[in-house]
Amino acid sequence: MDFNIEFKKWFIRISYDHWSFRITPLRFFLILLSLLTAVVLVYRFAFGLQSVSNLNDQWPWGLWKGWAVFAGAALAGGGYGTTFLVHILHIERLKLISHRTLLISLLGYTLMLVGLFTEIGRWFNFWRPYISWGHESALFEVFWCVSLYFIIQVLELGEIVTEKVFRQIHWFFVRFFPVFAVIGVMLPTLHQSSLGAIYLMTDGRLHPLWWSPLIFLFFLLSSLFVGPAMLVMESVLVGFAFGHKTPNDVLKILARIGGGMMILYLALKIGDLVVHNETGLLFEGSFESYAFIAEHLFGIVIPILIVFSPLINYRGWIITYGFLTSVGVFANRMNVVITGMIRDAGVIYYPTLCEVIISFGLVSTVLLIYLFLCENFNILLKNNDSCNPNTADGKPHGIAEK
Amino acid sequence: MSRGVLVNLTKCIGCGSCTVACKMYNGNQWINERAATNGEDAKLADENWTVIQKFRVPQTAAGMDTGANKRNVSNVSNVSNVSEEHNESKNLNHTNKADRTHGEVWRFVKRQCMHCKEPGCVSSCFAKAFQKTEEGPVIYYPNNCVGCRYCMLACPFKIPKFEWDKTIPVITKCVMCSNRIAKGQQPACVSVCPTNVMKFGDRNSLLAEAKELVSKDKRYVQHIYGEEEAGGTSWIYVSDTPFEQLGFKMDIPKKPIPSYTSTYMHSTPIVGAVWALILTGLYFFTKRKELVKTKTAENKDSETIE
Repeated sequence: MDFNIEFKKWFIRISYDHWSFRITPLRFFLILLSLLTAVVLVYRFAFGLQSVSNLNDQWPWGLWKGWAVFAGAALAGGGYGTTFLVHILHIERLKLISHRTLLISLLGYTLMLVGLFTEIGRWFNFWRPYISWGHESALFEVFWCVSLYFIIQVLELGEIVTEKVFRQIHWFFVRFFPVFAVIGVMLPTLHQSSLGAIYLMTDGRLHPLWWSPLIFLFFLLSSLFVGPAMLVMESVLVGFAFGHKTPNDVLKILARIGGGMMILYLALKIGDLVVHNETGLLFEGSFESYAFIAEHLFGIVIPILIVFSPLINYRGWIITYGFLTSVGVFANRMNVVITGMIRDAGVIYYPTLCEVIISFGLVSTVLLIYLFLCENFNILLKNNDSCNPNTADGKPHGIAEK
Repeated sequence: MSRGVLVNLTKCIGCGSCTVACKMYNGNQWINERAATNGEDAKLADENWTVIQKFRVPQTAAGMDTGANKRNVSNVSNVSNVSEEHNESKNLNHTNKADRTHGEVWRFVKRQCMHCKEPGCVSSCFAKAFQKTEEGPVIYYPNNCVGCRYCMLACPFKIPKFEWDKTIPVITKCVMCSNRIAKGQQPACVSVCPTNVMKFGDRNSLLAEAKELVSKDKRYVQHIYGEEEAGGTSWIYVSDTPFEQLGFKMDIPKKPIPSYTSTYMHSTPIVGAVWALILTGLYFFTKRKELVKTKTAENKDSETIE
């Protein structure tokens, strides 16, 4: 039980008992940004939304809803897709990434919940929908599924955490993991699509390029195919932070599955525009039409071309695919929440510095938590590891590297 | 019985009495420095539950001379065809002189919540902070409200407003003076109108009355705003000037806003249950396949050893 601070050339290592965390220059910056965010948050809760944001009656939803809630939830969607492949379909080869996608997902949802809590005006009433059931609302489904799924994810992660602490209850998490897995795939399937269903009611308000009676299906599909892309992004991060290499073949299998869904998505999108006679809108030369074309060209078409060509065998191209797809889905959510509403609002919305600080600050905090957990728990499984705690060596990977 | 209000825009002179009555009855502040209650810049806001918006429309667009132009009388230089006009429209008891010099006339539009028959705000709220009463008003329960502002997005008329500057804000909008209606009285705004622009009563008989009015006098626009908009609203409007020139949104879906998500929401429990069953089935199926695979592999191993 001793507290220790080591000063190295490039970083400071803080350790306490068997916990450890390195502070590199980048992490120092992330910590600063997180602290700044905490200050802005205090200000926001003390003085109201107008004091920090450009939200108003024309723009009831802005950067925070788009960033934390819609994009955050979508980018965290990789978790349940991988759970489906690994724990429901038992695809052995993919087991070594299951801990990581689970953690990305849990942290993504944490970001979403904190972002939402910051954003709602009457936050002290957040529990009302549990007792006052507005069950006609798509948001009701999102609320219930997200909060239950959050608990399920904590339980799923419990299997990993109890390898190190509270070991006496580890058997419980192992025994009930299949139940968590089934519920943990069902709930996000429902709520990812109902996040899209929220916008069904905005017919005539949301730009017709994005509004569709199938918008819930588009949200569901994109939350699934962004999973592999986010894993690629995360593998770049852990490669940079811990020198951990994710095998190319695993990324390739996932990218191909995601690529298949992207083709389906693109076909449905085009079909949707043709059926509703809206293809002309693509060429109307408006800001919205350019945004739509850019989103689909860079976020969908080019990634599909990379995935289903020999390019996917090169690490650089896999990373390009991951980056474009993740940004594409992010852009899609921002386009629905912001770009697609400009025409209806009649005025342009741009976020304040405080809105931007909080958005990046929450992501910084999440990244820090992720790095800490990777260094202290068995998250980054090695090539020959599996999820079975009996065969996993149980050693935290990050510390072993350096 | 569902109540409603018929608004005859041709009768409005823009005096603003209704907005004063609204503020007094509901205890709202005057916030003219950021949102006017009356005039060309008037807009609904957290403290403005009803406003009178002034529009200058081309003479040719307006179907009739109305009391709204009374204020212009002193400017009128060319009054030669007033008497002729007067004869034409003597069935309208408030016809008057028009401002022909500028080629434009004034119209005033009273705005407030339309109180949809099937409101988007009610079905969008996941905490039941908005509820439609039997008498017609759509009312707000701040104790249930989480402040997510989905209602602001779901309302096709963009009626709900938010107290952006408050530490503990609420959503605000016209509640059709539901307490007065419960006591058998008219909404405050209706009760004070000096030119009887608004008529309070049973929504269906008001609609019948509006239809008769519009069909008998062709100078009315042949459209009753609120008859079909968003599946029908408790407040309905008739006008002599095209609604699109008076700031009315014309691309409002004809079907009720809740119907967009009702099918989706009703099928959710079934989809969820079936999906969970499929997942459980897949779990056991693939697990068994895996077991069989390892078993056969083991058997093969033992066979070769033997």
